[in-house]
Amino acid sequence: MKNTMLIARREFRAYLTSPMAYIVACVFLVLIGALFIWYLNDIDYSDTTIAGYLDIWGNLVLMLFAAILAMRLIAEEKKLGTWELLLTAPVRDTEIVLGKFLGSLGMLVSMLALTLYFPLLLWIFGDPDTGPILTSYLGLFLLGATSLSIGLFASSVTSNQIVAAVIAGGVLAILYFIGMAGDAMGSAVGDILSYISLSSHFPAFISGIIDTRVIIYYLSVTALFLFLTIRSIETSRWS
Amino acid sequence: MIRVQNLTKYYGERLAVDDISFNVAKGEIVGLLGPNGAGKTTTMRILTGFLMPTNGNAWVADCNMVTNSLEGRQHIGYLPEAIPLYTDVTVRSYLEFAGRLRGLDKYEIKNRIDDVVELCHLEDYIDVLIGKLSRGFRQRVGVAQAIIHEPEVMILDEPTLGIDPIQVAQTRQLIKDLGEEHTILISSHILPEVSMVCDRVVIIHEGRIVAEDRIENLSTILRNSKNVRLEVQGPHEAVTIKLQQVPGVLRVQYQEPYHLVECPAEQDLRSSLMTAIVQGGWTILSMATVDMSLEDIFLELTTEEESDDEELEE
Ligand SMILES: Nc1ncnc2c1ncn2[C@@H]1O[C@H](COP(=O)(O)OP(=O)(O)OP(=O)(O)O)[C@@H](O)[C@H]1O
Ligand SMILES: [Mg+2]
Repeated sequence: MKNTMLIARREFRAYLTSPMAYIVACVFLVLIGALFIWYLNDIDYSDTTIAGYLDIWGNLVLMLFAAILAMRLIAEEKKLGTWELLLTAPVRDTEIVLGKFLGSLGMLVSMLALTLYFPLLLWIFGDPDTGPILTSYLGLFLLGATSLSIGLFASSVTSNQIVAAVIAGGVLAILYFIGMAGDAMGSAVGDILSYISLSSHFPAFISGIIDTRVIIYYLSVTALFLFLTIRSIETSRWS
Repeated sequence: MIRVQNLTKYYGERLAVDDISFNVAKGEIVGLLGPNGAGKTTTMRILTGFLMPTNGNAWVADCNMVTNSLEGRQHIGYLPEAIPLYTDVTVRSYLEFAGRLRGLDKYEIKNRIDDVVELCHLEDYIDVLIGKLSRGFRQRVGVAQAIIHEPEVMILDEPTLGIDPIQVAQTRQLIKDLGEEHTILISSHILPEVSMVCDRVVIIHEGRIVAEDRIENLSTILRNSKNVRLEVQGPHEAVTIKLQQVPGVLRVQYQEPYHLVECPAEQDLRSSLMTAIVQGGWTILSMATVDMSLEDIFLELTTEEESDDEELEE
């Protein structure tokens, strides 16, 4: 636990000292802001929700930026050579992976926190339904965490950050869109595809429902990819 | 302190380390010497738990690095071939992280940072971003992180690579000083460096050990002998004794499954060796003069040192 927090803190600080991370965070906020405004223009003002950056476009932006945040996590260390420092320190692979995951999660949560001024504006100028806003943020947090774990896994299989981002983007796109393919197919296979898809579980959060199965779903996918990352590191020692 | 037993490592199909065995006793400084691609880095990566061997075992400070690597790693300070530095932090915060990673607490770290900074002459750079340091100073920071937790065993992969002659001399002196209290394995492809710093040398070539001895013995062997490698079916102790009795033989070593017989360079003893084995009632399965003679390797290891010659005289 001590080691995990040590690595998480270093990781989080690495974001805060990197100009790149600030640019990424700014672009993220601009895009989310644009989605929000676009949505406000589109609706009747009495319907004050934050659904505007929670539908498909909001999800895609979140996943994209999670992949970008995560791409450096391991790939950069391999390039710098510091990977050898970590893997030869008396620290478990699990602690390294959890530390990196938590560090990047800290960054993502900070970025999400900066979007809180949208609901704040709604509260000031309107009378929004608070429940869905809170559950929506829970959903964004869970989808973000899942995306980071997938990005972390992608970062563990290469020493090239761009390659890592492309792999993560690919896996995320597949996991997101198979749900829509599944809905279109309609058969039993279609149902399974919808069930594993990242997209089919999100609408529950927008409507203000906290469904434990949905939470468990996102946490399981996250755990699965963290586990795969640990295995990928272990395999690299034996190869 | 370090025990390597029949260590073998394949990268996929590629054989990088081929059945090597050697020991490093407590307090010894041993050099792992070999030309490029010999397998030095691979061996060190296995010793530090970064890689797992395909076959064989390694122990560091009595911990098996295959089955108990986590505990073993606590006793090791490691300077990898590529110095593992985060470029966007200061020397101080890097050393702090490296120390914490090895389990030091906040207060221990403060003291240790002061110590290693003094040892490695980093006083003026302690609050400089690592990305702004020259190669030589990065090397020192690399050494500093390897000793911050006062490890019993230090493993240094080419610690003088790519730095200028004056700094090379300083680094070698530092290693010698550290060697008074620590067990050290360093790798190098420069023979004079190893002979200056180390008590003993293990020469590897294409993944195999071709010679292993104390520095002072090595030079006489290199000058005056060549090896005949015999594979004999028979009890190896008896065979060794018999071979030693052949007139002219300088020394016999057994490295499973071979007997390495050192013969004077100017004499061909192969037929006498053959006769001795047959007299003993054993069978010779193969006999060869060793592929690359030590002289050739020696030549390869020394010619690369030319640029360092001035510094040797200094
Ligand atoms: N990750 C790897 N994948 C495949 N082959 C490798 C890998 N690392 C090393 N090798 C090969 O294994 C052999 C031994 O390499 P190693 O790096 O251990 O040599 P070395 O003695 O450290 O050489 P140098 O003096 O150049 O550092 C080389 O032939 C090298 O090409
Ligand atoms: Mg090497």
